[in-house]
Amino acid sequence: MPLPAEKTELEDSPIPVGKAASPWGNATFRSVALAAALVAVAILLLLVWQLVSDSLPTLRAFGLKLLASEDWNAGAEEYGALPFIYGTVVTSAIALVLAVPLSIFTAVYLTDLAPVWIRQPLVSLIEMLAAVPSVIWGLWGIFVLVPWLRTAVFPALRAVLGPIPGVGSLFSGPIFGLGYLSAGIIVAVMIVPIVTAVSREILRSVPNLQREAAYALGATRWEVTRIAVLSYARRGLLGAAVLGLGRALGETMAVTMVIGNSPQISASLFAPGYTLASVIANEFGEAGADRMYTSALFELGLILLVITVVVNVGALLLVRAATTKGGSRFA
Amino acid sequence: MNPPLGSPEPRTYSEPMRPPQPAVGQSPQPVRQIAISVEGLNLWYGKNQALFDVSLGFPARSVTAIIGPSGCGKSTLLRTLNRMHEVTPGTRMTGRVRLFGDDLYRSGMDPTILRRRVGMIFQKSNPFPTLSVRENVLVGLRLNGVRDKEVLRERLEECLRMAALWDEVKDNLNRPGISLSGGQQQRLCIARAIAMRPEVLLMDEPSSALDPIATARIEELVHELKETFTIVIVTHNMQQAARVSDHTAFMYLGRLIEMGTTQKIFQRPEHRQTEEYITGRFG
Repeated sequence: MPLPAEKTELEDSPIPVGKAASPWGNATFRSVALAAALVAVAILLLLVWQLVSDSLPTLRAFGLKLLASEDWNAGAEEYGALPFIYGTVVTSAIALVLAVPLSIFTAVYLTDLAPVWIRQPLVSLIEMLAAVPSVIWGLWGIFVLVPWLRTAVFPALRAVLGPIPGVGSLFSGPIFGLGYLSAGIIVAVMIVPIVTAVSREILRSVPNLQREAAYALGATRWEVTRIAVLSYARRGLLGAAVLGLGRALGETMAVTMVIGNSPQISASLFAPGYTLASVIANEFGEAGADRMYTSALFELGLILLVITVVVNVGALLLVRAATTKGGSRFA
Repeated sequence: MNPPLGSPEPRTYSEPMRPPQPAVGQSPQPVRQIAISVEGLNLWYGKNQALFDVSLGFPARSVTAIIGPSGCGKSTLLRTLNRMHEVTPGTRMTGRVRLFGDDLYRSGMDPTILRRRVGMIFQKSNPFPTLSVRENVLVGLRLNGVRDKEVLRERLEECLRMAALWDEVKDNLNRPGISLSGGQQQRLCIARAIAMRPEVLLMDEPSSALDPIATARIEELVHELKETFTIVIVTHNMQQAARVSDHTAFMYLGRLIEMGTTQKIFQRPEHRQTEEYITGRFG
C-alpha cells in the first residue's frame, strides 16, 4: 500500500521543504535588475559625451568667445550665445518672481487655512494644471494671453512703471505682445503646480508644536504663519523655488511660441527675445549638414544642460535637507 | 464652593513682576482665591467624547497637578484653559471656564488676548529654530508691539533670571535658541511664556522629555514660579505631582474622579480608583 509510505516520508520532514532554489534564478534576476539600472546611467553618460563631442568644433574654433558674443548669424558663421543665455535667465527670473509668492501663499492656504474638506479638491485641481501639455499653454498664450497683455496690461504697466528711474527701463519701449514678459508669465503659470506641490510638502513637514508655540503666545493666524511656519520652512521653500527655476530654464515649447524668437538683448521686458531651448528647437532643422551650425546648437544645449543640472541638484539638496527630520539643519 | 471671584489688578508692561506681599493680619492658612474655575465641561473630538462633565477650580498662586493614565483627558482639559483645543479642527465643547470670574468662552473674548493671559509650556521644548535666545524670549512682546529697547532689555534679563537660565546664556544671547541643551531649551520656553506676564502658566508634561537632572531643575523652577503665577501642570509622573504640587486632580476616562490637596490625594484618597492609580495598580 502506498499510503503508509507517504506518511512516513512526511514524518521524516516535519517542515515541508520545496524544490531547492536554483542559484541561477537569483543570479539572473540580479543581473537583469542591475542592467536595467545601468541603462539609465549609461544613457546619461552617452548624452553628455555626445553633447560635448558634437560641441567640439565650435568649442575649438571660438572657445569661450561664444559665451561672450551677442551676434548670432549662422550665414556669417557668427555664433554668440549671449542673447539666448540672457533670454533664458530673464524669462526664468520673471517666472520665479510671479510664481513663487503665488505658490507659497497657495501652499499656506492649503496646509494651514483652508477648511479641511476643500483641501484635497484644490490640490487635485492644481495638479491638473501640471498635466496640461506645454503646446496647449503656448496656443492659449498666443491667442488669448498675449493679445490681452498687449492691449490692456502692458500699456498700463508702461504708463505706471515706465517713468520710474532704473526700474522704468524694464517697462519702456515699443510693445509687441510677444516678448520676455509674455514668455515669463506663461512659464510662471506652468511652474506654479510644481512649486506649490513642493512648498506644500515643506509646510506640512513643519511640526505642529511650532505652530502651537506661536498660538500659545497669542499670535494671530497670520503671525503663526509668519513666525512659526514660513520662518521654520524658509530653506525648504528656497529649494522649492530653485526647483521651479530648474523647470523654467528648460521650458521650450510654450516659450518658443510667445517669446518672439529674436536673437537680441534688450533692456525692455516688452521686447522680443530668444532662449537657449527655443533656438535649439527652432533651428536644428535649418542647421542640417552645416557642421559648425550644428555644433553651435549642440554647444547651446550643453550650456543649458550644465545650468539646469546645477540648479536641479542644488534644489534637491535644499529640499532634502529641509524635509529630513533632525536638528542638524539649523546647527 | 468657590470663594468670591475678583479681577486681578491690571498689569502694565513696565511694572516689574513681584510676588504678592502678605496682607497685614492675614490668617496663616489663607483661603486661596480661585484663578480658573471649570464648570460642567464636556468636550468632543468629532464624535468621540473626551471630557465628561468636569468641574473644578484651580487655586491662584499655587501649583495644581492633573494626573491620570494616558488618554484620560488631562491634556485636553489643560488645553481648554487657554482655548488651545480650538486649534485642532473638529472639537466641540459645552460648559464654562472662568479666569478670575471672566468667562473665557463668552462672545467677544479674543483667544489671542486670552493666550497672553494664560501661557503654555509644552511636552517637548519648542523654541523657534530660526530665532536667537534673545529673540525667542522677546517674540511674544514683539507680537504685542512692544518696541521700547529699554523695556525689552530689562524684560529679557528678568525673564531669563526667573527661568533660571540667565547665568548660562547671558554671555551669548545671540546664539540660536535650539543650540541649547534640552533642559535649557525648556527653560527658554518658560522664559518665553512668562515674558508675556501671564496670570496662569499651563504646563503639559514639561519634563517628560528630559533627563532626571534637567527634570529636577524644572521642578525647582515650578516651585519658585508659583510665587508669581498660578500653575497647572499635567504629568504622568506621580512622584513629580507629589513633589511640586499643592493640589492634585485625578482624572480617569475623561472624568474628574477626585481633587484635593496633594497630601490628601496621595495619603488618604477617597476613591478606590485614585488609590489604585497612585499605588501603581493600573495606569
